[in-house]
Amino acid sequence: MKNYDIVIIGGGPAGLAAAVSAKRNGIESILILERDKELGGILNQCIHNGFGLHTFKEELTGPEYAQRFIDQAKELEIEYRLNTMVMDISRKKVVTAMNREEGLFEIRAKAVILAMGCRERSRGALNIPGYRPAGIYSAGTAQRLVNMEGLMPGREVVILGSGDIGLIMARRMTLEGAKVKVVAELMPYSGGLKRNIVQCLDDYGIPLKLSHTVVDIKGKERLEGVTLAEVDKTGKPIPGTEEEYSCDTLLLSVGLIPENELSRGMGVEMSGVTSGPVVNESLETNIEGVFACGNVLHVHDLVDFVSEEAGTAGKNAVAYVKGERQTDGGQEIRLNPADGVRYTVPVSINTARMDENLTVRFRVGAVFKNCYVSAYFDDERVIHRKRQIVAPGEMEEIKLTKEQLLKYPDLKTVTVKIEEA
Amino acid sequence: MYDVIIIGGGVSGAASARELSRYKVRACVLEKEEDVCCGTSKANSAIAHAGYDAEPGSLMAKLNVRGNEMMEQLSKDLDFPFQRIGSLVICLSEEEMPGLQKLYDKGIANGVKGLKILNREEVLEMEPNITDNVYAALYAPTAGIVCPFNLNIALAENAYTNGIEFRFNTEVQNIRKIDGGYELCTNQGTFRTKYVVNAAGVYADKFHNMVSEKKIHITPRRGDYCLLDKSAGTHVSRTIFSLPTKYGKGVLVTPTVHGNLLVGPTAIDIENKEGTNTTREGLDEVITKAGQNVKNLPMRQVITSFAGLRAHEDGTEFIIGEPEDARGFIDCAGIESPGLTSCPAIGEMVAGILQEKLGLEKKDNFIATRKGILDPDTLTREERAELIQREPAYGNIICRCEMITEGEILDAIRRPLGARSLDGVKRRTRAGMGRCQSGFCSPRTMEILARELHVSMADITKSGGKSRLVVGTNKDTL
Amino acid sequence: MEIRNLTCISCPMGCQITVEMDGSEVLSVTGNTCKKGDVYARKEVTNPTRIVTSTVKVIGGKADMVSVKTREDIPKEKIFDCIKSLKGVEVEAPVHIGDVILPDAAGTGVDIVATKNVERK
Repeated sequence: MKNYDIVIIGGGPAGLAAAVSAKRNGIESILILERDKELGGILNQCIHNGFGLHTFKEELTGPEYAQRFIDQAKELEIEYRLNTMVMDISRKKVVTAMNREEGLFEIRAKAVILAMGCRERSRGALNIPGYRPAGIYSAGTAQRLVNMEGLMPGREVVILGSGDIGLIMARRMTLEGAKVKVVAELMPYSGGLKRNIVQCLDDYGIPLKLSHTVVDIKGKERLEGVTLAEVDKTGKPIPGTEEEYSCDTLLLSVGLIPENELSRGMGVEMSGVTSGPVVNESLETNIEGVFACGNVLHVHDLVDFVSEEAGTAGKNAVAYVKGERQTDGGQEIRLNPADGVRYTVPVSINTARMDENLTVRFRVGAVFKNCYVSAYFDDERVIHRKRQIVAPGEMEEIKLTKEQLLKYPDLKTVTVKIEEA
Repeated sequence: MYDVIIIGGGVSGAASARELSRYKVRACVLEKEEDVCCGTSKANSAIAHAGYDAEPGSLMAKLNVRGNEMMEQLSKDLDFPFQRIGSLVICLSEEEMPGLQKLYDKGIANGVKGLKILNREEVLEMEPNITDNVYAALYAPTAGIVCPFNLNIALAENAYTNGIEFRFNTEVQNIRKIDGGYELCTNQGTFRTKYVVNAAGVYADKFHNMVSEKKIHITPRRGDYCLLDKSAGTHVSRTIFSLPTKYGKGVLVTPTVHGNLLVGPTAIDIENKEGTNTTREGLDEVITKAGQNVKNLPMRQVITSFAGLRAHEDGTEFIIGEPEDARGFIDCAGIESPGLTSCPAIGEMVAGILQEKLGLEKKDNFIATRKGILDPDTLTREERAELIQREPAYGNIICRCEMITEGEILDAIRRPLGARSLDGVKRRTRAGMGRCQSGFCSPRTMEILARELHVSMADITKSGGKSRLVVGTNKDTL
Repeated sequence: MEIRNLTCISCPMGCQITVEMDGSEVLSVTGNTCKKGDVYARKEVTNPTRIVTSTVKVIGGKADMVSVKTREDIPKEKIFDCIKSLKGVEVEAPVHIGDVILPDAAGTGVDIVATKNVERK
C-alpha cells in the first residue's frame, strides 16, 4: 500500500487550490485523485468569462482559470492520477481507488481533503409529471455536450430554473443557433447573478418568467412541448394559468447538490441544510484529519471563493499532518445561524486552533433589502453591517478575528442573523 | 413460413419464446420497439406476488402460484436478480379484518404456502416503519422482488441463443388468415407463419379482434410510481401492500433488488395505449397513499417517477389459448398483475399448447442457462484486480452513482440482443439509473455506443425511434 | 429625446435605471442607488460591449473542441457576426491559451483566441 501525507479527492478548482496551498505550506507528499480525463473539473466546460476577478484581478474563462491552477500544480510537481475513481475511504483514511492501468489500489493518507464538487438536481427530484422523452437535460449535461463535444442537444429550448448554469446555457444555445423560448423560475426571484440575467437573457430578448414552473411534459420519443404554469406563494401551480410551449429541449437548472457519497460512507457527519459535511474552523469534519472544501462542502456561486476556501483547507491539513496545531486551552464556540441565515460554514470554532482571521460564509433564505448582517457574541451585538440587499443566490461572509473572540472568555455562541433596518 | 411468430417482446412474449426454444421449431419474435422490455414489462412494481389475490380456480391464481414457484430456479438458471423477501398486507382497523381474512382464505385455496395473519405487535416488530395505526397484517413469506428488465432480457437472450429469431422496430399492422396459418403485415414487410402468439400487451385486443369475432377489450390502466434513492432503500425490508380494492392491489411500498425504494402505483383507466405520462394528481396520490401504511417515508429522496400501463381485460382474467373461431392464433392477453410473477408459467403454458398443436420435438442441445452481465461488486478484490488486468475497461467507472464500469456497458452492447440505446444500456446495467439520473454518464455512454455501433453521436437515441439525443452540431444552422 | 430602461448588473439589487438621451448624449440617469449604477448605465447606453465566447473544432487533438473568446470586448451588436465568422473554423492541435484562432473577427479589429490548451493526440 502506498502512503501519502495528503490525499485530495477531486482535481477541480477546490482540489487544485488545496493541493497548491498544501505544497506551499511545506508538505511534499500529496496526491490528487481525479475521475475525469483532465484536471480542472467543471471549469473545463464553463467556457464563458467572468472567473477570477477576486483571485487574479482579471476576467478569465473557466478553462483559463483552471489552467492557472493546473500550471501551479505542475510547477510544484504535485502528483495526480486521472481517470481514477475513488471507490471508498475508510475511517482510518485508507483510500480505495480504481483505474484502467492500476486496477483497484489502496492508499494510506495522513490527511484527506474532500473536494468532489457537486451534481445537478435531476427532473426526478422535482417530480415533474409528464412523459419521459429524449431532450430533457440538466443544464450542465447540455453544457458539456455543446462546449466539450460540439453537439447541439436541440433547436427549440425551454429552460426551467434560473440558476447561473441555466442562464449561461440560454446564451450559449442561442449563440450556437438554437431558439431559447423562455426561462421559467419557480421562485419569485432568480437564483442567478443579475449580470447573467442581463447579459444572457435580456441581451437576446429571452423572457424570464418568475413564479412559474413546468407542469407537463409532452412527447413520447423526443420532447415536443412543455406546459408552464404560474405558482402561488407555496409553489403550487395555479389552475388556469397554463401556457403551452412547443420545444424539443428542456434544460433544468434547478439546483446543485454536494456529492457526498464517499463522505457518508466513511462516517462524516453531514448538515441537513447544505448537504455537505459539518466542519469546524479548520474546515475539518468530525473525523480528525479529514477536511472538506469547495462545492462538496457547500455550493458556491464564485469559483474565486472556492479557491480561497480550498487554500485554507490545504493549509489546515498541513498543520494537522505536521502536528503543529494548537489544541490546548481553546474555547469551543458554536456558530448559530438565525433570522434569515440558513447556515454557516464553519459551524464551530476552537480559538486555539484558529488562525488570526476566520471567514464565516453563509447564505440567506430570502431576499432582504436595506438590512443589517449582524453577529451576536452570546447576547452582545458585535458586528452590525448595513447591506442594501442580500439574496439567496449570492453567498455572504463575515470576518471574525481571534483577537476579537478572545476578548469574550466565556463566549459560547456566535449568532449570525439578518436584521431589518 | 415460420412455425410460430410471437407478437411482442415483453415478459410474456420472451417467456413464451424461451420455453418454445426447448423444441425444434422455426420461430420469431416481432417487437415494435428497438429492444425487448419496452412496454408494461419495464414499468411495474417488480414484485413476485405470493398468489392470494386472484380468485381461486382462475387461471390467474394457478399461473401466479406456479410462476412464483418457478421464479427462484429461473433466476439461478438465467442469472437475474430475485429475492424472496416476503410481503405484508396491512389492515388498519378491526372493521377491515374480514377483508384480510378473505385474502388469507383465498391464498390457502390457491395453494400459497406459509401465509400467516400477524397482530399489530408482530407486524411492528417485523417492520418498525409501519404506521402505528396498524391493526394486523397478512404475511406471505413466498412473495419476492425481481429485476423486471433483466428477467425479460434474460428470457429473450436465452431464447435467442436457442435459435429463436428476434426482429425489432417491426410493428405488426395487420393479420390475415391464409391457408395453413396467418400473414402478418408489418412496417418491415410481410411474414407468414403457421401459428401466432399474441403477446402484445395493451395492444393484444387489437390483434385478437382482427382474427376473432369473440371480441375482447383491453383498457390501459395507468399506474404512477416514484422511485427513491438507495439511502431510503431499507425503510422497509418487505413489500408492503394495502388491502386490495376493485382497481387492484393499491399503493405499495417495496425495496427493489437494486436497493432503492419503490412507491406506487395508482390505477387510472385511460384510452391512450401509449399514455405512459405521469400526472400531478397521480404522483400526489402515490405520496399520500403510501404514507397511510408506512410512516416517515422520505419522499424528498425521490430520484425519478414513471408510469406503466397494465393491460386490463374486461373479464379481469388472463386469456391464454386459441379462440374457437381463430385456429392457429394463440392469445396471451389481459396479462396484468400478477403477469410478471406468472410469466415463467405463462411461457410454459403457451409453449405447451404450441408443442401439442405442432407436434414439436424436444431439442437435445437446448441451453438452459444464461450468464448475466458481470457485476464486479460480486467479486473479491483479487478477482476484481485480475479482471481489470485482463479487461481494463472494468477499471473505468462510467456511471458514478451506480458505479457501473465501461466493461459492463461494453458487455451490454456486445452480447446477444445487445443494447442499442441509452435506455437499453440502462436497463441492462443500471448505468444512468442512479441519483443523478444520467446527468454525468449519458454523454460518456453515448460515446461508447457510437464507437461500438460505428455510428455518429447524432444517431444515438434514448430509446430508439425518434428519440435522438442530439440534433446536430454547433452553429450548423447559423 | 429617447428613454432607455436598463437593469443594473453591478450588484444583486438590480436597480431599474432610466436613462434620458438626446441622440448619443446622456441627459440624465435615474433609478440607480449608487454611483456604480450611473457609470454602468452611461457605458451601456453609449457603448455597450461584451466578451464573446464560443468553441471551434480541433483536428488531431486530445479533445474535439477548443474554447475561444474575443481577446477584448467587442460592440454588442457585433456578437452574432462574430459567432458566424467562427462557423466552419477548424484548428490543428496543439492549441494553447492565447493562440489566435481568427484575427480581426467580423471587422471588429479584435482577435479571437483560444482559452484552453489542447495537445496533440
